Amino acid sequence: MESGTPTLQIENLHVAVEGKAILKGLNLTVEKGQIHAIMGPNGSGKSTLANALLGHPKYEVTQGTIRFKGDDIGEWSADERARRGLFLAFQYPTAIPGVSVANFLRMALQARRKELGLEKPLPPKEFRALMKEKMALLQMDDSFAGRYINDGFSGGEKKRAEILQMAVLKPEIAVLDETDSGLDIDALRIVAEGVNALSGPELGVLLITHYQRILNYIKPDFVHVLVDGRIVKSGGAELAHELEAQGYDWVRDTQAA
Amino acid sequence: MKENTDTLDIREGYREKFGFHDDIAPVFKSRRGLDQDVVREISAMKKEPEWMLAFRLKALEHFERKPLPTWGGNVAEIDFQNIFYYLKPTDEQGKSWDDVPADIKRTFDKLGIPEAEQKFLSGVGAQYDSETVYHKIKEDLANKGVIFLDTGSALEQHPELFRQYFGTIIPPSDNKFAALNSAVWSGGSFIYVPKGVKVDLPLQAYFRINAQNMGQFERTLIIVDEGAYVHYVEGCTAPIYASDSLHSAVVEIIVKKGARCRYTTIQNWSNNVYNLVTKRAAAYQDATMEWVDANLGSKLTMKYPSVYMMEPGAHAEILSIAFAGKGQHQDAGGKVVHVASNTTSNVVSKSISKDGGRAGYRGLVKVAKGAVDCKSTVRCDALLLDEDSRSDTYPYMEIEEDRVSVGHEATVSKIGDEQLFYLMSRGIPEAEAAGMIVSGFIEPITKELPMEYAVEMNRLIQLQMEGSVG
Repeated sequence: MESGTPTLQIENLHVAVEGKAILKGLNLTVEKGQIHAIMGPNGSGKSTLANALLGHPKYEVTQGTIRFKGDDIGEWSADERARRGLFLAFQYPTAIPGVSVANFLRMALQARRKELGLEKPLPPKEFRALMKEKMALLQMDDSFAGRYINDGFSGGEKKRAEILQMAVLKPEIAVLDETDSGLDIDALRIVAEGVNALSGPELGVLLITHYQRILNYIKPDFVHVLVDGRIVKSGGAELAHELEAQGYDWVRDTQAA
Repeated sequence: MKENTDTLDIREGYREKFGFHDDIAPVFKSRRGLDQDVVREISAMKKEPEWMLAFRLKALEHFERKPLPTWGGNVAEIDFQNIFYYLKPTDEQGKSWDDVPADIKRTFDKLGIPEAEQKFLSGVGAQYDSETVYHKIKEDLANKGVIFLDTGSALEQHPELFRQYFGTIIPPSDNKFAALNSAVWSGGSFIYVPKGVKVDLPLQAYFRINAQNMGQFERTLIIVDEGAYVHYVEGCTAPIYASDSLHSAVVEIIVKKGARCRYTTIQNWSNNVYNLVTKRAAAYQDATMEWVDANLGSKLTMKYPSVYMMEPGAHAEILSIAFAGKGQHQDAGGKVVHVASNTTSNVVSKSISKDGGRAGYRGLVKVAKGAVDCKSTVRCDALLLDEDSRSDTYPYMEIEEDRVSVGHEATVSKIGDEQLFYLMSRGIPEAEAAGMIVSGFIEPITKELPMEYAVEMNRLIQLQMEGSVG
């Protein structure tokens, strides 16, 4: 990657779901080391953005480009994007019965390492140590590694498991899709502390949320307001507070004006 | 023979790993087709006692008289007169692998049998077309009186024990294919575990078809005496030929008071093999019989391992996996028959179909008149990997008593786009992701397998998944 190439650059992105246009010309650039929050009301296209960034086949890019480390990744499959260093923490993580968290993460990590030129899998002992360390970070019991992915997990366990995967796979850009939804205050704090511990110059975060609440724990560098498929307002952390105080109608009104 | 295409042919990996064949000159091969002369010839080659020849000829009559089954899979296309019923690959059975002819040994090396024997087995039998080319049991077990022989040798060496049980669980008149096996049987395993002896590591038999248009008709007889335990494992593969082969085995098991027998099958025939097998066990007081039956290969499999619970306290466990890919039909399942009171059974079936394949569960729960306080649960789950595939469930119940508890649960699901996307979003390629979902689906059964077989099972599933996506 040449210096000066943005890590994630989204230009004029239009996305349709089952023929219905949801994103209508979204522009956004996220660099490593930055935390961006995207806020928006229900139906504004937040989850569509998250899914489109990872290449979910149901989300059709009809116009515009997504560049990751300089490459136009529009035609790439989800697994290619992930191996290159994109990550999505799902709003509703799917259960995979019969597949343990540890086995799944071992395979995912191996796929990612291959991409980074490391042909050999991490020795089992080191892998177990890595899992243990990251699970401790998220205050997860050791037995968690042996459970089936998201199968019978509580809401809090699901979100922690997402951040655990992020911790093990070390992406360059992580998209967190409403990671705060459905969490009580303790779970929210644990998840937020986990994200903060992983943040740093090597990670860019795109935090998608409906509520300002999580931003009390994770300090964004930039806040963007998404309404009807476009970013209508951008600013610093203070924008989130304004939104919280005045509601999304305020942005809609200022747009109209 | 890897082709440079993005989408592999179905079971392309099979061709490389298992689908090869050897050009060997057999020491004897019967002519094509079946009649009394062929049966007499087989019996003469084996220098059998008169009663066995009579048994075979009687069975042939049953075979000729019985109509083909009209249910299950399509067996009407089997050309019984185009098949070779007996092929003897070598004169002597090896006591060590060095005694086995080099070509044949190479095949079993490739299949990893001698290596497995060293690592985690109590004994191994290896059958190549009609005859067993290698058979061995660990010395300490032999010293304890455990008998593990090919079935023909058992007839020779233990004629009384043999005759006491042979054909008592599955008479030749049972069904057309049991009759066929009874007429032309050759090879298979004979196991006797004496009272109280526990065989810790599995005994394994491997069945290999090599010749084209071959019929393999092994016959297995297992007697687990009071309080004893044995785990028997069988595996099988065959070369890929354009024309069909036939595998029709009969397996009879007697599990005596307080004994336990586990019988694990990993069926991986090539897609030109008809696999029509009759397997049945009788479990006596407080005995446990467990069938772990995984079917991945073959053109058509019809196989319903059964347990007859003859005395109070008997327990039956049937775990069945059926995976049908392109051009395959797996009509699998099981039967539990509660003959006595206070008997329990548990059936779990997992079927997977892809690329137009057809897999299913056909099962019977029977509680006989007079058998009360019996308990049976049946659970059938089907997973469809695409729109073209098919799953069938035929649960039959014949309950002749009221004071019983019988439960049946069935689910059908399709592999979910969201599950695939979730795994792929972590960097796992689509085919591998689909394989993981399938492995997870059958995990309740694979977790019952010894680790080595669980690993093998997942490898075979991954092989089945290759070429499906793209």
